Amino acid sequence: MTDVREQLDQLYRADSRKVLATLIRLLGDFDRAEEALHDAFAAAVQQWPDEGVPANPVAWLVSAGRFRALDVLRRRAVHDAKLVQVAAELSGSVEPVPVSERGFGDDQLRLVFTCCHPALAQDAQVALTLRTICGLTTEEIARAFLVPAPTMAQRIVRAKAKIRDAGIPYVVPEPAEFPARLDSVLHTVYLVFNEGYSASSGESVTRADLAGEAIRLGRLLVELTGDAESRGLLALMLLHDARRDARTDVEGDLVLLEDQDRSLWKSEQVAEGLALVERALGSGRVGVYTVQAAIAAVHARARTASETEWREIVGWYDVLMRVQGGAVIALNRAVAKAMAGEMELGLQLIDKLLEGGELASYAHAHSARADLLRRLGRREEACLSYQRALELATQGPERRFLRRRLTAEAREAREAREAR
Amino acid sequence: MRYVCLIYENHAETAKIMETEGDKIMAEYFTFTSDIKNSGHYKAGEALHPTATATTLRIRGGKLQTTDGPFAETKEQLGGFYLIDAKDLNEAIQIASRIPGCRLGSVEIRPVVDFSQQAHK
Repeated sequence: MTDVREQLDQLYRADSRKVLATLIRLLGDFDRAEEALHDAFAAAVQQWPDEGVPANPVAWLVSAGRFRALDVLRRRAVHDAKLVQVAAELSGSVEPVPVSERGFGDDQLRLVFTCCHPALAQDAQVALTLRTICGLTTEEIARAFLVPAPTMAQRIVRAKAKIRDAGIPYVVPEPAEFPARLDSVLHTVYLVFNEGYSASSGESVTRADLAGEAIRLGRLLVELTGDAESRGLLALMLLHDARRDARTDVEGDLVLLEDQDRSLWKSEQVAEGLALVERALGSGRVGVYTVQAAIAAVHARARTASETEWREIVGWYDVLMRVQGGAVIALNRAVAKAMAGEMELGLQLIDKLLEGGELASYAHAHSARADLLRRLGRREEACLSYQRALELATQGPERRFLRRRLTAEAREAREAREAR
Repeated sequence: MRYVCLIYENHAETAKIMETEGDKIMAEYFTFTSDIKNSGHYKAGEALHPTATATTLRIRGGKLQTTDGPFAETKEQLGGFYLIDAKDLNEAIQIASRIPGCRLGSVEIRPVVDFSQQAHK
């Protein structure tokens, strides 16, 4: 008896999303499907201890869920004439219940593309994906994004209403649209990851979960599509997340990549990420996530910061400039150039970008400039740039870091003056 | 499902473009319209005179107020519409993305309320 309960708990964790994805297709409605999912598991709790666990538990749950949903509809139809037709349509439906993993996979992919439909607002895509595909509760999602639970609940309700009323279909896009639509899915997954990754201390527990969920989504996409850029995104997330424990010190302050204790990097995740990058690069179609993963891979392969192959990184930023472009990438490329030995040239490139105006109020541009000046021993100028960066930075750990650097540089500059 | 595709354009900018490329754009509209008539997606469609010709009505306190111009002054104005029949939003997007107005301004797709279906929601 307890065995069956344990088995059911495990099944719920591993496969409830799969059952839900298929039920949404069969029942044509998100809320009805969620209700049916719970009824199906309730039925299993009652029946399996006596009747034994069925040969194909997932298919059993889908069938039970569909049966219960029809039952509920027919009973409600007695009091609600509007439901008569829905019940009739669903009973007569010839939509098949999948018999294989492949069939369940198709339904999951439909769900992914529906939740990440570009006709939904970006924050609604994120919320719906976490709620429906990952199975997080509305409260958990609200906590992770620091919004009140009713706000998050409303966001999800509105998204479901738009899917229904605007006729967003439950389908995998046609081949002509597939790449563009997949980009939208990857973007949503990446947003979830970044939300979990870029936050520090305080909410760190729930936020680490977000990064974990994004990685799980990434795995699902690779499994369902076999797509190279999905593989690149998964690699990027794994390689970044591998450094999690080394990124902050005991006080919760930021530790820069070059100062991190690399023995704290999760070696299994690094190895998996590196293998995925290789495969993604071998495919020929090299997208923005794959290139960023390739850059992360160069860092991951360096045993110490000083062994970093900066020239290779410059090469990847050249590629990234071609496929994506933009001032922030140009900034990173300039830093890579400087670190590869062309310090003065890197500095000139950053100055040109700052003069261009686009990055003038971007804290990272000023802190990058300050860092290069510090390395060149031009401390007075470094202080001015740290000051400017500090005026623009908003995140607590980042501000503390900049203030530490500024104090240290100011002291060195003073001592140098006094020595003269 | 039926969808209305509302075509928004900046009158001043469109007028400028029409001076040089008017014939080409009109030809594109004719081709598009006849294409969706042939494919069975077309239900209706009209081009509208500029907002300078618009009249807005309100009844307040039982009295009819008539004012010159559109309801709201915005950068882009409604310039025309199509009513189409599409399987779902994906098909509606495929069709509406071929409206020349997407390049000149923007096209808003709105599902039409079906009161016969509305009954069982």
